[in-house]
Amino acid sequence: MRELFRRYGSGLTLLAAALTAFWLLALVIFPYLGLFEQSFRPYLPVVDVGGPKDVYSFNNYMSVFHNPTEIDFLGGKITVPIHLWVFMITIIYSGLTTIVSLLLCYPIAYYMAKVISPKSLPTFLLLLVVPMWVSELLRAFAWFIILAYKGPLTITLQSLGIITDPVHWTWGLGGYSGVIIGLNYAYILFMLFPLYNAMTSLDTNQIEAAQDLGAHWWQTHWRVIVPHTKPGIASGCVTVFMLSVGSILVPTLVSSPSSRWFTEIIQQWMFESQDWNTGAAYAFLLLIVCVIFVTLMMRLFKVGLADIAK
Amino acid sequence: MPTLPSEGLTDMGKHFFLRFYSFVFLFYLLVPLAVMAAAAFNDSAFPSPMPWKGFTLQWFSKLYNDEYIWQYTGNTFVVAVFVVLVSVPLGTAGAILVNSLTGRSKALLYGVMIAPVLTPGAVIGISTLLFWYKFNVPAGLHLSVLGQSSFIAAYVMLMVLARLQSFDGALEEAALDLGATHAQMLRRILLPHLYPAIAAGAVLAFFQSIENFNTTQFTRGASNTLTVYIGSKVRSGIKPDINALATIMISLTIIGAIIYEVMRRREAARQAALNLE
Amino acid sequence: MSASVELRGVSMDFDKYRAVDNVSVKINPGEFFSFLGPSGCGKTTILRMVSGFIEPTQGQVLIGDKDMRGIGPNKRPTAMIFQNLALFPLMKIWENISFGLEVRGVDKATRRAKAEELLRLVELEGVADRLPSQLSGGQRQRVAIARALAVEPQLMLLDEPLSALDLKLRQHMRAELRAIQKRTNVTFIYITHDQGEALAMSDRVAVMSRGQIQQVDIPQKIYNTPSNGFVASFVGENNKFSGTLSGISGREGKFKTDVGEFAVTLGEGVTKDSKCRLYVRPEHVGFVAKPKASTNFVPVTVEDVSFEGNFAVALMRDRTGKRRSAELRNDPANPPPPPGTATNITFDADKALVLLDSEAVAYEEKE
Repeated sequence: MRELFRRYGSGLTLLAAALTAFWLLALVIFPYLGLFEQSFRPYLPVVDVGGPKDVYSFNNYMSVFHNPTEIDFLGGKITVPIHLWVFMITIIYSGLTTIVSLLLCYPIAYYMAKVISPKSLPTFLLLLVVPMWVSELLRAFAWFIILAYKGPLTITLQSLGIITDPVHWTWGLGGYSGVIIGLNYAYILFMLFPLYNAMTSLDTNQIEAAQDLGAHWWQTHWRVIVPHTKPGIASGCVTVFMLSVGSILVPTLVSSPSSRWFTEIIQQWMFESQDWNTGAAYAFLLLIVCVIFVTLMMRLFKVGLADIAK
Repeated sequence: MPTLPSEGLTDMGKHFFLRFYSFVFLFYLLVPLAVMAAAAFNDSAFPSPMPWKGFTLQWFSKLYNDEYIWQYTGNTFVVAVFVVLVSVPLGTAGAILVNSLTGRSKALLYGVMIAPVLTPGAVIGISTLLFWYKFNVPAGLHLSVLGQSSFIAAYVMLMVLARLQSFDGALEEAALDLGATHAQMLRRILLPHLYPAIAAGAVLAFFQSIENFNTTQFTRGASNTLTVYIGSKVRSGIKPDINALATIMISLTIIGAIIYEVMRRREAARQAALNLE
Repeated sequence: MSASVELRGVSMDFDKYRAVDNVSVKINPGEFFSFLGPSGCGKTTILRMVSGFIEPTQGQVLIGDKDMRGIGPNKRPTAMIFQNLALFPLMKIWENISFGLEVRGVDKATRRAKAEELLRLVELEGVADRLPSQLSGGQRQRVAIARALAVEPQLMLLDEPLSALDLKLRQHMRAELRAIQKRTNVTFIYITHDQGEALAMSDRVAVMSRGQIQQVDIPQKIYNTPSNGFVASFVGENNKFSGTLSGISGREGKFKTDVGEFAVTLGEGVTKDSKCRLYVRPEHVGFVAKPKASTNFVPVTVEDVSFEGNFAVALMRDRTGKRRSAELRNDPANPPPPPGTATNITFDADKALVLLDSEAVAYEEKE
């Protein structure tokens, strides 16, 4: 603090501190605390708010365990609370999306960072920037069109003679194939750019040194390039996972009759039931999942918060 | 060391694979956008380029005559401008503050600042809605501005902070030593150094705001932005006029990207000329 | 106009670390004054206290007899030249130079004229509209000087400004700085760890170690009569001998070491019980094949001789294995003994100084 006053004088320091305080208190900390507090309150008619019935409880969170429903699972049938099921599915398929986009992006990041000629790189980047800057909505909408029943994908494959009957592309994986395809497409560049940035900072001499010492290409990757890319991997995984878990547009647009996403249930509480308290509890669950995932990634890759937020 | 006879070949093969794969990757990224754009010109009631039923521009004129689209476009721009006006000062002030701190207070402040970046937009939207509702502030686009700014300010902060880290603190001291007040130092020395990052942050903030769905969805009340309007319309039967809009947006993106690239090349050439001098 | 500077019992603590420890010194108006010491000795901290970037924990800083406590760097009559020069990269050269005038509200035409005038003063014309990145190191140096002079300071503070230059330019800029100082008659306070710079340019030098001033004097006295072991070791080379004092009479005495007993001169404050050492400069060392018993001599074996042109340096070992050195004026008729020769080194009693081991003998060459 003393350093600040010395550098910027009391007037500017107080101004910067006031702006930052408004941002962090009014826009971040207090709303988060408010969400936390509200999530323990019962949903009551307006007259009862603040009255004897308005006491803290875990009831809102317990809603996750209501409504046991029979669900097709790996060929058999199991009975689970429906919201809990959707919660788990959301986490698992978001994790799957994260891993798939990591695997898809790694070779491209390596290609961009170490293989492509410096002359073609700007063009390559330019071609990537276009889908990056087109909004999430349009990226999801594109797959809404492509995967439509009797849509372009079906027609193309039919004309190539690969399939004969129309396919419900979104019905696979228990109704989640479309969502996974859409999530992957919508967020893949949030994986690619952190990987690419991390890899460009690797001295090419290190790769050559490893090869010179007789390492196979896969040994070079595993022992030299991947360890160096860790901050990028962590950053990309956190971003893709967070966006997938919290996605609303993709599960809405590229959906099948049986694909429900946790954010859709939150919307249901907020807009259809008008039960903002349970909505807050569910939103808080989503936040906890993200916090756990970030912590996991920081532990797993031994990186700091600053590496992830790049 | 004996050379492996197949080394040259595997090297070639590896790069061939990479080149081929990168081509497929670009194809995967770009074709869906092309399909979406093509559907805007298809004379079919369903938004799809296949089956092709003839060329038409009717979806563009439909779009042009849709007064909701115009209204929500206006809303979108107003929100985006306000988000820029709020998040740029907040993010810049935050960056200057966090850059001058050290140790635990820095880590703590930094952690709180980037928390919104790592939080799903729905959570931000709902917490913003609930918080301001306690003060009897109803939902509406003003809340969307606040909700979006909470995490967009963090993007600005990260960009300004990166730029600040390349700033030589001795310049501040030199300015003060020469008699400048702190305000003069800020205006003449620090801010000019930060302008590129602030400008880039403002552009990013603008586009982030325009495309935002999740946070806006929960804070907007009865008002609409373009993204929210289209997002909610898709399921209830969509017409290819949305494809026309998408085509316009993609075109604008491409034009923007090309302008950026041309400017970048010009700047690179200018730098090269300067260094030669 | 030039100002005097006085430090009165100034100390500076950073958390638990005392960077400057009870320093008092008076610098005269128009003086070129250097603080010389190794890195971490507190010299930069002193400069930053005078410029006003930090306030001392204890004591007073007076500029022109006025206590500076509570007065910020932008209100003090000082101008600083930073180690990395700190030229504003986005401003043209003339804007850099006239920045101090700009913030005082001087109009543009006057500023431009003043900048041109100062560029002439530092002999750097025709670059007014360039950017700092387009100048060479030496040119940037002159711009930094011009920028500091533009605010007509009563006191210039220079923080090792020559350290980034190559050797030749550095020596040229020494003379230049000295000339500019004499021309403008502004008080200069110069910070350096380079003894050559300090001795060549300064009117007076303060040698510092561990936050304390070890000696303040004119350069000749610093070199010839160092006040303690630290100053003797840090400024110039020395042959050092450990031992015990005896037979003191006046400023003369006997110093008994492992390699013989020597007639010596006692430095300031040295008494029989002092913790002290003997110092002999290489240029005061000569060779003698058959020494008289009454002279100071040490049997040595020559290990290496390097010829430097106008002089030669001979390196020897005595019988305890310690390294000894001698610096001999070039004399074709009387060359130094070749490596391998067993001979003796000798030195006069009045050139053999016994000095107190200062508390601050942090600067110990590894022997």
